[in-house]
Amino acid sequence: MAQITLKNLAHSYLATPKGEQDYALKEMDHVWQDGGAYALLGSSGCGKTTLLNIISGLLKPSQGRVLFGDRDVTEAETAERNIAQVFQFPVVYDTMTVRDNLAFPLRNRGKDAAYIARRVDQIARMIGMEATLDRKARGLTADAKQKISLGRGMVREDVNAILFDEPLTVIDPHMKWELRTQLKQLHREFGHTMIYVTHDQTEALTFADKVVVMYDGRVVQMGTPEELFETPAHTFVGYFIGSPGMNLLPAEIRGSTAHLQGAAVPLGAAYGPITGRTQIGIRPEYAVLTEGDGLPITIRRVEDVGRHRIVRGEVAGQMVSVIAPEGMPVGASLTHVRFTPDRINVYADDWRVAPAGGAA
Amino acid sequence: MDKTQNNKAWFLVLPVLVVVAFSAILPLMTVVNYAVNDTFGNNEFFWQGLVWFEEMVTSSRLHEALGRQILFSAIILAIEVPLGIYIALNMPKKGFWASVCLVLMALPLLIPFNVVGTIWQIFGRVDIGLLGHYLAELGFDYNYVSDPIDAWITVIVMDVWHWTSLVALLCYAGLQSIPNAYYQAARVDQASRWAVFRYIELPKMAGVLLIAVLLRFMDSFMIYTEPFVVTGGGPGNSTTFLSIDLVKMAIGQFDLGPAAAFSIMYFLVILLVSWVFYTVMTNLDKEEGK
Repeated sequence: MAQITLKNLAHSYLATPKGEQDYALKEMDHVWQDGGAYALLGSSGCGKTTLLNIISGLLKPSQGRVLFGDRDVTEAETAERNIAQVFQFPVVYDTMTVRDNLAFPLRNRGKDAAYIARRVDQIARMIGMEATLDRKARGLTADAKQKISLGRGMVREDVNAILFDEPLTVIDPHMKWELRTQLKQLHREFGHTMIYVTHDQTEALTFADKVVVMYDGRVVQMGTPEELFETPAHTFVGYFIGSPGMNLLPAEIRGSTAHLQGAAVPLGAAYGPITGRTQIGIRPEYAVLTEGDGLPITIRRVEDVGRHRIVRGEVAGQMVSVIAPEGMPVGASLTHVRFTPDRINVYADDWRVAPAGGAA
Repeated sequence: MDKTQNNKAWFLVLPVLVVVAFSAILPLMTVVNYAVNDTFGNNEFFWQGLVWFEEMVTSSRLHEALGRQILFSAIILAIEVPLGIYIALNMPKKGFWASVCLVLMALPLLIPFNVVGTIWQIFGRVDIGLLGHYLAELGFDYNYVSDPIDAWITVIVMDVWHWTSLVALLCYAGLQSIPNAYYQAARVDQASRWAVFRYIELPKMAGVLLIAVLLRFMDSFMIYTEPFVVTGGGPGNSTTFLSIDLVKMAIGQFDLGPAAAFSIMYFLVILLVSWVFYTVMTNLDKEEGK
C-alpha cells in the first residue's frame, strides 16, 4: 500500500497532439492518500477511465510520472504495480468455475493452496456466492458475473489500490446498495486505497471520503461531499452535484453586491475587482420564495418530488430552481426570491473566486 | 406452453422436399441401385444383394486407401489447426496492415482447386519448377514424381498452403469478438501468456474452431482434385486417397457395382464422423453451461 502521486500527468490518444484540445487528460498534479476512499466523478467522456487506466498501467501516459510511494512506476507493467481493477462490464473466465475465477489472481502470484481456499471462501461469503462456487461461470446472470469480477478485485489483500470503473452499472438497484455498503465496510476493515469511478453522484457521495470531480480532462475539485456542495470550485461541480444543480446567473460584482439587470443582490463577503465573465451561483436549497423581498421571479412550473417541491421560475431572464419545503404553500402571492447572502458563490470564467477578505 | 398443432403446415415443406428429392435423393438412389445389382449395360440389372459391399469391406486395396486417407487428414489437421491459430493470434488487430493481411490470407481460398493443383504441379517440377529446381540446386534429392515421401510432402504442403487461411480467418473472427477489458483484466490478474490463451482466447475461439476442424476434416477426407492434378495418385498408389481410388474404380475400370458400394460406405463414414463431431460439440457446450 502506498500513496499514489501523479506528476505533470497528461494523456492524448493521438500520436502528435497539436493543442490542449487533443488531450483526453489535461496536465495535472494529484495525490491519492494511502488508504483513502475516493470517488472519481464526472460525466461520460471526461477522462475518468483514462486516468484510472494510467494509474493501473494499462495505458502509458503521454507525459508525466506516476509514483507509488517513492517509487516511479510510470514504465512499470500492470502486474508489477500490484493493483486490482474492476471493469464496467463483467469480465469472468467462462470456462472456469466461480471458485477458480476468484482464486485466479492468487494462483498467478503463487500463493499457497490453504491460504487461497480460505481467502476464496471469505470473498464468496462477502459477495453472497457460496452456493454457486463450484458452478462454471458461463451462463450466470450479468450481475452474478459482475459480483465475481468484484470478488476477483478484492481477493488480494496486499494490493496497492483497488480501482473500480463504474462497477455497478449492470447491477440492479437493490444489490447496488448492498455491494456498495460492503465495499465501504471492506475499506474500513483493510484500509486499501480505493478509487471508484462513477457518473452517479449518489454513488460517489455515499462511497467516498473524498470526491474528485473531473470535467473535460481536468480535475476541477477534490473535496468532501460537503465542500462540493457548499463551495463548488467550478460551475460544473455546482451543476453536476445536487439535484437540481446550482443556479447560475450572470452578474456584475462590485464589492459585496452583485448586480443583475438592474437588481442588486447582497453577497456574504466583499470581492476585489474581477476580470472575465462573472456569474453568481446559488443552490436551490438556499433560495427562498417570498412575497416581496429579493428578486422578482416568474414561476413557470412546480415539480413535486415527494420530500419537497422544486419550483422552476425565471429571474432576470434566466431559469432558476428553488426548493420549496414540504408544507409551504406555493401560491400567486409569492412573487420574489431571496438568496441567502453567505451561500452565494462568485465565479469568474467558471472558476470560483475567493472573497477579498481571504475567508473561504 | 402448449403449441398449436396444425399438421397442414407440413405441406409448406413440400416444395423443398421435391427439389431435394430430384437433386439429391434420386441420384443417390441410382447409386444404391448400382450397389446392389450387377449390370452389363442395356439397362439390364441382376440382383447381387450385399456382395459388392462384402467385397469392398474385405478389399485390401480399399483398406490401404482408407489408411492413407486417415493419415492424410490427421496430418492436415495437426498442421493446419495449430498453424491457423498461431497466425490468427499474430495478425494485426486493426489498421491498414490488418486489411492487407486479410486480403493476403483470403487469396489462396479464392483459387480454384485444379488451378492450385496445376500451380504446385509446375512449381515442384525439377526441370522447370521454381521450387523443384532450386531444391535440386541446393542438393536435395527432391522428385515428387518418383519418390513417395516427396509426393506426400508436396501434397501436404500444398493443402496447408491452400487451406490454413480458412482456419486462420475463422479464428481471427473469433479473436476479434473478445472485448479489450478481458485482456486488461488478465494483465491486472497477472495472467501468463499461456493463461490468456487458455482461459480467454481459446474459449472464445472454441465455437469457430470446431467449425474449422469439421470443415477441414470433411474437405481433406474427400480431397480429390489437387492430388489428382499433382501426382495422379502416384507414384504407384502412394497418394491414392479414397476419392481418387473411387474414380479409378468407377470410370477407369468401369466396376460400377463395387464403386457404388464403395461410395455409399464412404458417404456413411463421413456422415458418421461429422455426426460425432457435432454431438461432441453440442455436448461440450452443455457441460460448460452446467
